Amino acid sequence: MLGFVARRLVYLLPVLVAVSLLTFLIASLLPGDLAYVILGDQATPDKVAALRHDMGLDEPIWWRYLSWLGHVLEGDFGRSFRTGQTVWQAVSERLPVSVELMLLAEIVGLAIGVPLAIACAVRSGGPFDRFMTGSAFGMLSLPTFLSAILLIYLFAVELRWLPATGYVPFAEDPLANLRFMVLPALTLALAEWPGIMRVLRSDMIATLQEDYIALARAKGLKASRILFVHALKPSSLTLITITGINIGRLIGGALIVETIFALPGIGRLLVGAIYTRDLIILQGVVLFVAGGFVLMNFIVDLLYAVLDPRIRHGHA
Amino acid sequence: MATLDLGIDEVAAVAPVARSRRLGLLFWGAVGWTIFILSAAALANVLPLPSPTDMDMLARRAPPSRLHWLGTDGLGRDELSRLLYGARVSLTVGLCAPVIGIAIGGALGLLAGYFRGRFEQLVVGSMDVLLAFPPLIFALAVTAYLGQSLLNLTCILGVLGIPAFMRVARAATLTLARREFVIAAQALGATHARILLRELLPNVFLPLLAFFLLGVAVIIVAEGALSFLGLGVPPPASSWGSMIGEGRESLEIAPRLAFIPAIAMFLTVLSFNLIGDTLRALTDPRQGML
Amino acid sequence: MTEPALLSVEAVAVDLPTPRGNLRAVDRVDLSIGAGRTLGIVGESGCGKTMLSRAILQLLPKKAKLSGRVMFDGQDLVRLDPEALRKLRGRSLAVVFQDPMTSLNPVLTIGTQLIETLQEHLELDGPAARIRSAELLAAVGIPAPEQRLAQYPHQLSGGMRQRVAIAVALSCEPKLLIADEPTTALDVTIQAQILDLLAREQRRRHMAMILITHDLGVVAGRADEVAVMYAGRVVEQAPTSALFKNMHMPYTEALLAAIPKIDAAPHTPLPAISGRPPDPTRPMEGCSFSPRCRHAAGQCYREKPALVAAETLDHRFACFHPIQLAAGACA
Repeated sequence: MLGFVARRLVYLLPVLVAVSLLTFLIASLLPGDLAYVILGDQATPDKVAALRHDMGLDEPIWWRYLSWLGHVLEGDFGRSFRTGQTVWQAVSERLPVSVELMLLAEIVGLAIGVPLAIACAVRSGGPFDRFMTGSAFGMLSLPTFLSAILLIYLFAVELRWLPATGYVPFAEDPLANLRFMVLPALTLALAEWPGIMRVLRSDMIATLQEDYIALARAKGLKASRILFVHALKPSSLTLITITGINIGRLIGGALIVETIFALPGIGRLLVGAIYTRDLIILQGVVLFVAGGFVLMNFIVDLLYAVLDPRIRHGHA
Repeated sequence: MATLDLGIDEVAAVAPVARSRRLGLLFWGAVGWTIFILSAAALANVLPLPSPTDMDMLARRAPPSRLHWLGTDGLGRDELSRLLYGARVSLTVGLCAPVIGIAIGGALGLLAGYFRGRFEQLVVGSMDVLLAFPPLIFALAVTAYLGQSLLNLTCILGVLGIPAFMRVARAATLTLARREFVIAAQALGATHARILLRELLPNVFLPLLAFFLLGVAVIIVAEGALSFLGLGVPPPASSWGSMIGEGRESLEIAPRLAFIPAIAMFLTVLSFNLIGDTLRALTDPRQGML
Repeated sequence: MTEPALLSVEAVAVDLPTPRGNLRAVDRVDLSIGAGRTLGIVGESGCGKTMLSRAILQLLPKKAKLSGRVMFDGQDLVRLDPEALRKLRGRSLAVVFQDPMTSLNPVLTIGTQLIETLQEHLELDGPAARIRSAELLAAVGIPAPEQRLAQYPHQLSGGMRQRVAIAVALSCEPKLLIADEPTTALDVTIQAQILDLLAREQRRRHMAMILITHDLGVVAGRADEVAVMYAGRVVEQAPTSALFKNMHMPYTEALLAAIPKIDAAPHTPLPAISGRPPDPTRPMEGCSFSPRCRHAAGQCYREKPALVAAETLDHRFACFHPIQLAAGACA
């Protein structure tokens, strides 16, 4: 098992390095001399030159990359010149919001997708199955921002049950927090459940045709046990993969939802950083997000090995 | 963002569910709508419509009438006309961006799957890095660098699609490269170029085409999302996305301003998805969804 | 047979709708087996023997249509309600499939797969079930049974896996065990061991057993009675010794001849049966074996022969030109 983990880690590192390089390059390529931007209308050639020297902007690019990377490895992601916050502070403020959104979205997506998938797999080919599969397909064609508009119109404008924008931290007021999170999480969940349902359904249909399911029935086991223990476990591998990849993707992709619903999350932090040319924040956060995504994939791989003992032992 | 990674199941075991040929009503409906919207968009400046930029401040948010078939928007502009001109923008980006993806990504995938070895590892690795990047951030950052324009947007969205096309092409090539007809061609002394162009490309083409159509759907959504946030096509041009974004302000008074372009976008995306998926099911019965 | 049969299959037919037409997998089969006895069902692939076993267990695919009666222990399984059927399965009626690699769940431990059956039918609690499982594994000849409980199927060899499958099947002391090609997926050297194990356990538990195989040699010393199937029908049926001494149906003869003999001269060609089994979606007039039969003549192509009795009542065959009788005359 340890060997397995070690092997995956070794693959992880070059990808992380490449991601950091790409991040740095993109941030550095953004137009607008940083020093000018900071000094604003106080900019004189002397002051600009001095500031550039102070910030190390006159060094060659590879040197700046390495020094940035060096700082990162020490845990110093830099400090925003706009707000004075360190990247770490900014991220730790915003991260809980985004994480809460992601988790809620994924949980709701699973809560909708998994039961539907099981129901469809058991009744595969029947009218319920066809209807559900068609709906899932249609749902996939509905973009996130459209579902957002739809939900806002329905629940905030017409029914006035839920607020359209705003946020309250969970620690402050759990109930209010959830009220604000319902629509955004639901919006994302509507985009998540079709993928989950489709994958789990086809996996279960394949599993249900296996000999060991026939034997489980021949042993006279209860149908619920056959479904949830014998069939779901082998099928859950792909589900775990998809969920992990989804969560990883959601880290950056919840951007639209955060913007529409005015949630102070990582996504909005990033957009703001681009607008204000806050490169430090931009670099740090993108590295964070991309790194999180890669890490998520790594965890998914590990979970895979836990769930399928054949992979753990080196068989396929 | 819905998906820029189009979720092909290279690994997932998809069982062949008994499925009758679904070239039925839904498929032809999708084809019909696609043809309709493409022609309407193409003929927009020929049709007898009021100009999409003429503002009639006295008739803002007017309901449908004989003069304005779908009413007017917040600035008094004709909604139907805006819809069709918006279709132009959305469809242009939607159709052109995947071309970049299929050309570059397809080529890379084909070569990677054929030559294998270090080259393949390099290609797959760099695509993995690109995929680790949140696509929207990438698009935003590059837009900020290059400036907002139709061309830039198309290029960025196109580039973001390269990894997905690469995977499809590579997967298809990997299964084909081991088949007898390739080995036979090699035994006959055919050059790599000949094998790639004559033997592999025609067979990889169909799955790529199916994926292309699905890519169109995704790009229309992506462009729509960016324009919705005001970060896509710059004014005065407007696409469905920006129309929906503007319509959002009027949700309480005139929800149709958001919903009309929304329905148009949904139908178009759905149609492309249906056609692409049907094609995918025809070329590889295991990959279709319906 | 003087005592009532434990299992009685009466006019069972299985039809499967396929895109190419209706497939008659099992064509009105009658069989019976008494308690503690062994019935061998022999036939080529596709002759319907597996479908028959599924029909007995009521585990047919959803689209299949079943007609006839399956009387087990006085109850008609075809008409039994699903819950009662479920309680019977695994308890009184058990099955061992051909390939233990696919019939055991790869992501569950061996212990789990044994214990769940015990808990379901015998309502044992956890620790008692564990002890019983270890005993079962020891009984089927698996060394270090305690350790095996925590292992997964892929960690065992093929022969071991089949032993586990047999342990699972025997765990609740069934009255009837159906063994569907239990040794086909195993090495030849292991086959005899597994068959001996089955025979031993059967005697010990006074259990009835149906042994399904394509190999006549497998049933030779191990079955009390043999039924030969071809194209969905039983074409010959007799107590084993009678079958081997006086076989009547040309197909049975051909099957026997196809078994390689150890005392034959080297390079003796193996007399394979020419031709192929018929396409079950295209029912033909006349005897299904006629295209491949050496003795086929006029009537064989027009009518399907019915099962008739031979010298003794318990030996029956379906043939117009049986062997050891003059051509043209039927018993």
